[in-house]
Amino acid sequence: MSAPGAPGHAPDAPGHAPHVPGQARPAPGEHPERPFAITLDVGSSLANRTGAWRTERPQYVRRLPPCNNACPAGEDIQRWLYEGESGGEGYERAWRVLVRENPFPAVMGRICYHPCETECNRCQLDEAVGINSVERFLGDEAIARGWQLPAPGPASGRRVLVVGAGPSGLSAAYHLALRGHHVTVKDAAAEPGGMMRYGIPAYRLPRAVLDAEIARILALGVELRCGERVEDLQGELRAGHHDAAFLAVGAHVARNVEIPGGTAAHIVDAIGLLHGLAEGERPQLGRRVVVYGGGDTALDAARSARRLTGAEPVIVYRRTRERMPAHLEELEQAQEEGIAFRWLSTIVAAGEGPQHDAAGSEHGADGAGEPSSDAGEPDGGPAATLRIERMRLDEQGMPQPTGEYEQLDADSVILALGQSSDLSLLGELPGVCVEDGVVAVDERMMTGHPGVFAGGDMTPGERMAAVAIGHGRRAARCVDGWLRGVAVEPPPRGELAGFDALNTWYYADAPRTVRPLLEDVRRQSTFEEVVKGLGEDSALFEARRCLSCGNCFACDNCYGVCPDNAVLKPGPPGEAYAIDLDFCKGCGMCAAECPCGAIEMIPEEI
Amino acid sequence: MTHFYQTGTFAVGNRLLDEDAASVQADPARANSITKGHRACQGCGEALGARYALDAALRASGGQLIAANATGCLEVFSTPFPESSWRLPWIHSLFANAPAVATGIAAALRAQGRTDIRVVGQGGDGGTVDIGLACLSGMFERGDDVLYICYDNEAYMNTGVQRSAATPPAARTATTEPLGTHPGNAFGQGKNLPLIAMAHELPYVATATVAELRDLERKVERAMQLHGARYLHVLVPCPLGWGSATADTINIARLAKESGLFPVFEAEDGRVVRVSPIRRQVPVEDYLRRQKRYAHLFAGAGRPDVIAQLQASADRNIARFGLLADGGEEPAERDIGLLDVLATSERGAQ
Repeated sequence: MSAPGAPGHAPDAPGHAPHVPGQARPAPGEHPERPFAITLDVGSSLANRTGAWRTERPQYVRRLPPCNNACPAGEDIQRWLYEGESGGEGYERAWRVLVRENPFPAVMGRICYHPCETECNRCQLDEAVGINSVERFLGDEAIARGWQLPAPGPASGRRVLVVGAGPSGLSAAYHLALRGHHVTVKDAAAEPGGMMRYGIPAYRLPRAVLDAEIARILALGVELRCGERVEDLQGELRAGHHDAAFLAVGAHVARNVEIPGGTAAHIVDAIGLLHGLAEGERPQLGRRVVVYGGGDTALDAARSARRLTGAEPVIVYRRTRERMPAHLEELEQAQEEGIAFRWLSTIVAAGEGPQHDAAGSEHGADGAGEPSSDAGEPDGGPAATLRIERMRLDEQGMPQPTGEYEQLDADSVILALGQSSDLSLLGELPGVCVEDGVVAVDERMMTGHPGVFAGGDMTPGERMAAVAIGHGRRAARCVDGWLRGVAVEPPPRGELAGFDALNTWYYADAPRTVRPLLEDVRRQSTFEEVVKGLGEDSALFEARRCLSCGNCFACDNCYGVCPDNAVLKPGPPGEAYAIDLDFCKGCGMCAAECPCGAIEMIPEEI
Repeated sequence: MTHFYQTGTFAVGNRLLDEDAASVQADPARANSITKGHRACQGCGEALGARYALDAALRASGGQLIAANATGCLEVFSTPFPESSWRLPWIHSLFANAPAVATGIAAALRAQGRTDIRVVGQGGDGGTVDIGLACLSGMFERGDDVLYICYDNEAYMNTGVQRSAATPPAARTATTEPLGTHPGNAFGQGKNLPLIAMAHELPYVATATVAELRDLERKVERAMQLHGARYLHVLVPCPLGWGSATADTINIARLAKESGLFPVFEAEDGRVVRVSPIRRQVPVEDYLRRQKRYAHLFAGAGRPDVIAQLQASADRNIARFGLLADGGEEPAERDIGLLDVLATSERGAQ
């Protein structure tokens, strides 16, 4: 504050204290010989550019969040959660960010095994963010509100054949259509969707949801030809004047084992059962259903059988629960529905029930009923008795026989021992390399035959829908590059934003909102969807639990904690900050107190 | 859930918060009472604390605020002739008399009938706890309408880190070198000014740290709603004097509170009414190890006996103020009389 009469200032100059009533003003022309005190101009320290002290400067960075790093479909999860956090119109922005990579949010929000959540840094704070739930909420919002995918780019005049209308093929078709290519999708089945329709039961994925998301892709002008199996790829490419092809025929052929005496029981394969269910069949399985296998398909088959028979199936698996390849969430839901498990067990033989040839005591049903050609006699004894051998795990965790046997009654045995791909369409296509029943592809997803790309379950890698969608996306980018004759570089990944990069003090404790489950009784008999979506409030809550790892979420901490006011907010709320390097002394407090690790200190050249 | 935000109230702001729920410091148009170009060291807690407190006081007073400043770091680094970093009416007189100058300003304003203009006195721990204590106690006793803010960095920093009566036990300063078995600053000495202020039965006494901005702003606002003599004691770590990393200032203030060494509370009319509970408790060692002024406790065989003494004093704070009882994030209601506090306190414990 400048006192009246300060040197160099008129008494009433702007910026001076108002005249105080009762205090005599200096008479005009009166100049005291010396001021009452030394006065200094307001904020005159701006002349002192303290930026010269600095040996390090803060720099805003974008690090790779672990969820994004883990997403097989390549989604920018952190970014769409960020948009979704606003609520309201933010949901559509979030959905639009999401579908840049994945055109199936409502489907994947239901069936994805969400490796993103496994990697979520929030696991180390309380619980993972329910990314999958929010994805589903956004997907359902989009369907309810009729949001449409972005319009395709200008037509390129190029034609691409996609074989297989599963997640991989449709994902590729979507991304190719966006790039202006004419896409024809052919599929052997009556309806599109691949394993999303024929492998995943309706209680996990209602068909209306699948249909809606597929329709949105087709609305981009993608030509879909169902019921047309491609037998001869080379002929097809020539006949259709296609410039490139993406193959994604999936793995729909059940891998079977010989069970001696297996004619006694009604033996079906899981994938055939699920396919039939999808087409409206309701097979008679009897009341005693045994499912053989330990993957997700085994659980899908068992849970479907639970609904078909009203009785509780038994899953026989040769290793332990811990070593089961099925995902834990599915396993827990199956157990809640009353599915029983026989761990460390293999089926060695099946006989007419009750069994007479097995060692050990005979027990089981009363009297030997006539074996039935079709299982499911409501009142009779079991169609067969299975001979089960107990297993033990060796040091490598591999199951080894023990020579101890048990018996298990069964009307039907469902084999869920894996699937393989029908690769007959490849014919004698030169250059294509098939190893272990799958087609080898390079980093561009291209087979050894130029212009023929492949992805999804028919190529090496984990067999899950998110992986397939990611394959389709990557292949589309590379097909596009190949058609234009340019090399496609994978996008830069950035440095991973690990938990250590975070300052978690700033995050409030907020445990995860769990999606409500369909009450148990209804789950036993209907194919109604089991896991319900989050309501808007909960989805918003979940989105806001995101730690925004490695990416600024505009919390104002850097702006607030700088002792030198050297962090600037040039734009409206939510826009980027800037460092005033004229004054930043390089203390590093902004970087240390950034909750999400979006600031790093870099040395100055001195 | 409409009131949940990703970062609760811990972060400075949030793009999703309503404007009226945002902190003063998040405001792009905040006052910046002490502006850039000041000559405080890198990572200075006091420069930060002064801006936090005065910006909040300016908002609470509608911009009508005068500050009287004691001699000390804050005065030296903000006003080297011919520059000033201050953007509010500000006066510095002497080391000992800042509370008296503030009293005089308040009296003058009263005489002029200017009830709209409020007065803040401020200084470091030296000017407050040692050199200005007589004037401050007089100001308290008379109930002058001044909010006095002490920015406590626990020693005389700008003159070369000499001990003050706010220097904690076992800390090394230029005048408390750890020699032989002597642990640095002696145990059982020093003054606890918040408790001394409470003994004057002031309408409002509070402690705060630069690590909890919103808590600090809330306390300034509360203090400004009241009249008479009020006292706010803010812990402001000093990278130079404490021997800590410049980026670690806020973190160290947080550890002081989370270990229990620096209890954060509010008192009205001589009784503790609210405390900020410990949210993530840490042993005092986590706090001590980050500061070279305690390096002698960890050199060689170390001084586990001294560390245990410091831990005991943190534990005593936790017990006497009830710092763990709720474990929540909101301040917890308390009713603890000064005599209750003193009954469990060691003389001079910090």
